[in-house]
Parts: sequence; structure tokens; C-alpha cells
Amino acid sequence: MMSVQTSQKIAKVALWIAGFSTVAVLIVVIGYVLFEGLLHVNWEFLTAKPKKMGSEGGIFPIIVSTVYFTALTLAIATPAGVGAAIYLTEYTREGKITKIIRFGTEALAGIPSIVFGLFGFAFFVILLEPVTHGWSLLSGALTGATMILPTLVRTSEEAIKTVPLSYREGSLALGATKWQTICKVVLPSALPGIITGVILSIGRVIGETAALMLTLGGSLRMPDSIFDPARTMSMHLYLVALEVGTQPAIDKAFATGTVLIITIFIINSTANWVMKRFISRMS
Amino acid sequence: MKMLTFKKSRPAVLLTIALVAMVAIVGCGGEKAAEKGGEKPAAGTAASGTVKVAGSTSVQPLAEELADAFMDNNPDVTVTVQGGGSSAGVESANTGTAQIGTSSRELKEEEKGYGLTETVVAKDGIAVVVNTANQVSELTMDQVKKIFTGEIKDWSKVGGSKGPITVVVREEGSGTRGAFEEIVLDKDGKLVASAIVQNSTGAVKTAVTKDSNAIGFISLGSVDNTVKAVKVDGVEPSEATVLDGSYKISRPFLFLTKGKINAATKAFIDFVLSEEGQKIVSEQFIKIK
Amino acid sequence: MNDKLKEKAYEKILLVSAFVSVIIIILIGGFIFKEGLPLINKVGLFEFLLGKEWHPTDGVFGIFPMIVGTFAVTFGALILGVPLGVATAIFLAEFAPPRVSRIVRPAVELLAGIPSVVYGLFGMVIVNQILMTIERTYLANILRPEYQRGYSILSASIILAIMILPTVINISEDAIRSVPREFKEASLALGATEWQTIYKVLIPAASSGIIAAVVLGMGRALGETMAVIMVAGNTVAIPDSIFAPVRTLTGNIAIEMGYAAGDHVKALFATGIVLFIIIMALNTLATVVAKRGVGRS
Repeated sequence: MMSVQTSQKIAKVALWIAGFSTVAVLIVVIGYVLFEGLLHVNWEFLTAKPKKMGSEGGIFPIIVSTVYFTALTLAIATPAGVGAAIYLTEYTREGKITKIIRFGTEALAGIPSIVFGLFGFAFFVILLEPVTHGWSLLSGALTGATMILPTLVRTSEEAIKTVPLSYREGSLALGATKWQTICKVVLPSALPGIITGVILSIGRVIGETAALMLTLGGSLRMPDSIFDPARTMSMHLYLVALEVGTQPAIDKAFATGTVLIITIFIINSTANWVMKRFISRMS
Repeated sequence: MKMLTFKKSRPAVLLTIALVAMVAIVGCGGEKAAEKGGEKPAAGTAASGTVKVAGSTSVQPLAEELADAFMDNNPDVTVTVQGGGSSAGVESANTGTAQIGTSSRELKEEEKGYGLTETVVAKDGIAVVVNTANQVSELTMDQVKKIFTGEIKDWSKVGGSKGPITVVVREEGSGTRGAFEEIVLDKDGKLVASAIVQNSTGAVKTAVTKDSNAIGFISLGSVDNTVKAVKVDGVEPSEATVLDGSYKISRPFLFLTKGKINAATKAFIDFVLSEEGQKIVSEQFIKIK
Repeated sequence: MNDKLKEKAYEKILLVSAFVSVIIIILIGGFIFKEGLPLINKVGLFEFLLGKEWHPTDGVFGIFPMIVGTFAVTFGALILGVPLGVATAIFLAEFAPPRVSRIVRPAVELLAGIPSVVYGLFGMVIVNQILMTIERTYLANILRPEYQRGYSILSASIILAIMILPTVINISEDAIRSVPREFKEASLALGATEWQTIYKVLIPAASSGIIAAVVLGMGRALGETMAVIMVAGNTVAIPDSIFAPVRTLTGNIAIEMGYAAGDHVKALFATGIVLFIIIMALNTLATVVAKRGVGRS
């Protein structure tokens, strides 16, 4: 039997190792992509059109498509997500209805992205073809919106819940209606939390591939409207590395991966910055 | 849990505004495109309208390059190219949701009953590739068949140094696999069940590059010095040998249409088959004549 | 009066948006069943679920190897990922000085944000290569030649373990932090060491949260697609070794959807049904676990 002190020491060392292994894994994965890709990222790569199926030229239309797709997805999902959160926190008590809604939200969060893809393909691309024009930014964004909805509901709900009851009481006592109270008092106070949720959802849609392969249409061109097909950077990375697969294409794929990882790093930092600012203001 | 109470905050509002603005840009993008279409005078060509091309993701990049070149000459025609898979392409042409469906595999029996018009616009040679360290650089068709059906299991049986063969194949349904099976295997021949299955040229290539005992088949356009394409029955796979028919393993890229087609669609297909169009084809794939 | 009407209208709108998730879940279920069920009826439920052969272009549809494959890589990922994840969570909650956690936490977030395609590429090029070398150098005489190719349950499990780390770490850390301070103080005051306090007091008290983390991590591993198809080898065969290549249910759909036609497409939707049911069952399990945790504390 080990002495208590020895096991304490061993455990402590093991836990430090665990913590550092996690960081090490990150460094290895990211280091690998940056090592292979950083040299191929330059101004031309960011601003030029792709040529020869993406194995030459740049990724400008793909960057623009990624921004359009992300914005459209958020524009569709955010109102529904925040609306649901307001309803859950301000209009109901825990009961049968909230149970059903919560189950729905949680179930949705667990659905694999390829199943969202199958659904988006059957529903948005095929059935709603007259509206969405088949594989298009719109079909992709609708599919993406269903995927991030649970995150948005959950983070918004948490943010709204932290608004002190006294704010609402004050507002209601001054004669404001419930809706006015929500719009003018509750939402502004909860906004940073909601925005953090939105920013985190951006990370999810930017990294998505499986569902978009079946819905977004994969075009290398600059989309003219939401009815045009497009591809995001993640899709481009996959398609260039695997569908084309020549050495120059793989270099471009890693360069795309580098841009993608830097983008995600910026998104995460922004989310943290927003959170921190609000926490520090509050205290 | 996290506390997030405080009053109005400017950055947050700004972010929201930025978001709304981005959405507005997307919305406006559509209008601008519409204006562009309306303003530009016709540059002396007859056709006008929209052609929607949908289907194979392998054909998509090629179709887009062709469409771009075509639209330079025909500014009144808009050609959109969507990728969703060969079968979706066949369905789109059949149901009329797209003017042209694209497929990178031959039509299946049931699809042949749809009454679609098939136009071969390009060919893609399929090369049998091995690791660059492999001593084997030539195989007979029969050896290729026996390797992929699992009858030959070791490289020493076909003149290589000893080592169990790693067979890498494409997924079932794929045009590349379909063509390979049809041309290389007998009717009742089945690819060996223990083979590694990958669903893209690049993934097959990576497997072959990393494993000195591996063999796979990939699109000829993707062969480079990271893998070695073997001669089959003494014929080296190349554009010339596929064109003259001496290299047997290739698959067609199809444009599928149904019934009478409109002027814009016809103009586009004519362009693709023209010398100019076929020149674009030959940059990555093999032209039809 | 008018105001009241408006208030009612707003409430109704909000109610509708609250039900969007529920509606979508029903739509997803509805569409997948509509597209896939006819095939299951045609093939027969048992033949479909327990059939060992998958030759979709010849009309043979059995997904049993994929079901086994899915659970094999998922459990592999849990075995590798949960201990490391929980240990990192304990480290962050109890040991890490602020300066260190300021590095580890963003690292975990970034790990969560990396697209699965990137993990897939990493696994395909680096992990599989290393595994293949090990298999051919040290295990060459023990393993069958088909199991010496890198592509395997093991490589898929390693990549998935990395991918579920953030989920496991975040939720376990929350659970450990939410254990009341008094528990810990009382234990330390009684003369227990920090480690004794952690494994005799903190971990048991946080166990339902940690289990929830494991269940959610399992959900993520079950559902992951792109990374797995790039490393697992996708062979349709019931694996009998962790070095065997496998195909998962998600992989089956993603690999073949692009070219599938007719019944083959329906069979892929039917694969989606099986996946949908497994995930729903897992969700129900998670809800039950969470409820039990609340009931106890």
C-alpha cells in the first residue's frame, strides 16, 4: 500500500500531465496544419479566384461564400433561437410544454450532422426546390440553421436567466407591459450572453462539412444571390484535398485549413473578449 | 454559472448591426446580379436565359470552367452549376428541376428507362496505381483482376518483393469503381471484401502513398509523381492511349437532358462539344475525340 | 385593449419559435422514415439490421457490420478520451494555477472549433502512418496482414477521442466546480489530502455531471462523420480486433450518398433511421441520468 503522501504526489503529477497532454494534442494538430499550409497563404491566395478545380489560384469566392452562408444561417436561426429562449424563461413555468420543448431542443442537439444533411437534402433541396432552387446558399443555410438552433436556445436562455428579477419588477412597476419590459430591459441586459452564443454558433457552421456536401451545392464561383450554389472553406478543404488530390491541390487545402484555423481562433477570441468585457463591467 | 448582467453595451449593438448589414449584403447581392443581367447589351449572340446544371461533384469544377468561358461569349445566358452527386444529377434531369443533369458514371438499368438523352462531354481515364517504392510497374489485365478480387494476395506472385497486398477501392456506386468493375472484373467477380474503401481520389491516393504494399485505382488526371501508374497489358495510361482505345479503363462524364431542350441549353452543350470547349476539358480530363 | 392584443400576439409568436426545434425534430424523423422505411419493409427489419452483407448495387442490404463498427469506435473513443478528459477537468478545477488555465482553457475551446475535416486529414496522414509502422514493425507476426494497414478501429478511436475531449472536459469541469465548497473544506479539515478529497468527495459528488459528459461525448463520437471516414478504412466486415478496418453508420451514408441511386439511396436513409433511433435512445438516457443527479443532490 502506498503512503497517502506518495499517492497525492503521483496523482498531482498525473493530472498535470493530463492537462498538458490536452494542450500538446492541440499543438500537434494545429502545428501540423500550419506547418503544411502557412507557406502557401499569401495575399494572392486570399484575393484570387480558384483555378483548375482549386489546385491553383486562391479562395476569394470561397471566403465570401463562407461569410454569406454564415450570415444567412445566423439570420435564420437567431430570431427563432432567441424567441424560444424568451418564451422558455419569461412566459412559462416548468411544465409539460417546456418539457416537450426541452426534449426537442436536446434531441436536435444530438442529431449527427450527416442526418441533418439527409433531411436538408430531402426537404430543402428536393421538396422545396421551387423556393430554394435546389442546392443553394439558402438550402445550406436552412440546414445549418436547424443545426445551430439548440446552441442558440441554450445560451440565450442562460443569458436571459441571469438578468435579475428586480430589473423586470422595476420595469413592470413603472407601468411597462411585459413585451416592453422584455425588449427594453431584459434583452439589452442579456445581449452579451446572447452574442457569445451567436459567435460560438459561427464556429460550428464554419466547421461543418458533412451536411453541407448534400445541400450547399459546392460551387467554386462567387454566388450572386442566395439561390446560387456555394462552398464554405471547410468544404473546399475537403473537396480540394480529396476529390482532386494532386500535390498542388493538397498544398491549397492546407492553406485553406490555415485560414480556417486562424478564423476560428479569431472568432473564439472575440467571444471571450465580449464575455470578459461584460463580466468586468458588471463587477 | 456565468453572470451577465449589465446595461446596454455599444460593442454588442455594433456587432448586431454588422450582422444585419451582412445579411443585407446577401440580399442585395441578388438584386445587383439581376441589374447586371438587365444592363449588359447582348454581344451578338442569339441565346438567352438560364441553364441550370446539377449533379456529379466530379464534373462540377469542369462544368463551371466551361460555363464561365461560355458566359464570356454569351452574356445573356446564366449557367449555374450545382453539385449534389451523380444520381441527383440523373434525377434532376428526369424531373426537369435542372436543364442538364451531370453524371460521372454510366446510367444504371432503371435510369435508362427514363428516356434521357446522354451526351458524353469528356472522359476520365482510370489508372491503376501503386506506391513509388514498389518494383512492379507492369501488370496484365488478368493480374489486376486477381489482385482486386483477392486471388493474388502477395506482391511476390506478380514479380514484386514479398509483402501482402493492400487493396484500396472506391465506394460502391461510384463511377470510377463502376467502370473499373465492368472493365476489369468478370460478371460474377467481386472486389475483395477486406479492401480498404475510400470515397475519393485523394483518399485512395493518400492510402497508396503511405503504404508501400498498396494498390488502388484513381482518376488519371490526379496521377502525379507521388504514386506510380502501372502499365496494364503493356499499355501506359495516358490521354493518347485512352483516346485511341488501347488503354481500356475509363469512365464517361455525361450531360443528361430530357425531351426538347431550349436554345440556351443547346448553345451551351454545343459549346462544350466545340473545339474551344474540348480544349478546356483536356486541361484536366480527356476530350472525347 | 390594443396593447393587450399585441401582447397576446407576441406571446403566440414566441410560442411558435419555441416549438421550432420540436417541429424540426418531427420533420427530420418524418422525412428520414418516409424515405427509408419502404426499403426496410422490402428487405425485412431483421435482414436489414442483422444482415452481414452489404452490396447495395446488387440489392443486398445488411448493416450489422456498421452497427458493430459504430459502437466499436465509439467505445474506443470513450476509453481513450474520458480518462484524459476527466483528468484535465480535475486539473483545471483543482490544480491549475490561473496562469496555466489561461492557456489550457482557450486550447480546449480551439480544439472544439477545429473542423472535423482537419482532424480527418491529420489522422489519415499522421496517425494512420504511425500505427501502420508500429503494426508492421512490432506486431507483424501477431496480426493478420489485413490488420497491418493503419486504417482501423484504433485510429478512428484516437481521432474521436481527441474530438470528444472538449465536450468531456467542459461538462466535467462544470460538474466538479458546482460541488459545494463545504464538502471540500470539510474533507480537508478532517485531514484528508487533496487527492483523497478529489476521489473520495469531489468525484462522487460530481458523478452525475461526469456521466452526463460521457453520454454527450458518446453522442458526438457516434455522430461524427467526415473524420471517421478518412481514417477508419470503411471495410464492411464485422471487426474482430482493434486493428481491423471498420465502417460506421454515419460513414456509410456519407461515403455512398454521392453516387447512390434508387433503392441504394433509400437504404442510406434507412441507415439514417437506425442512427436517429440510437441517438434518440441515448438522449433519453442522458435525460434520465441528469434527472437522477438532480434528485440525489
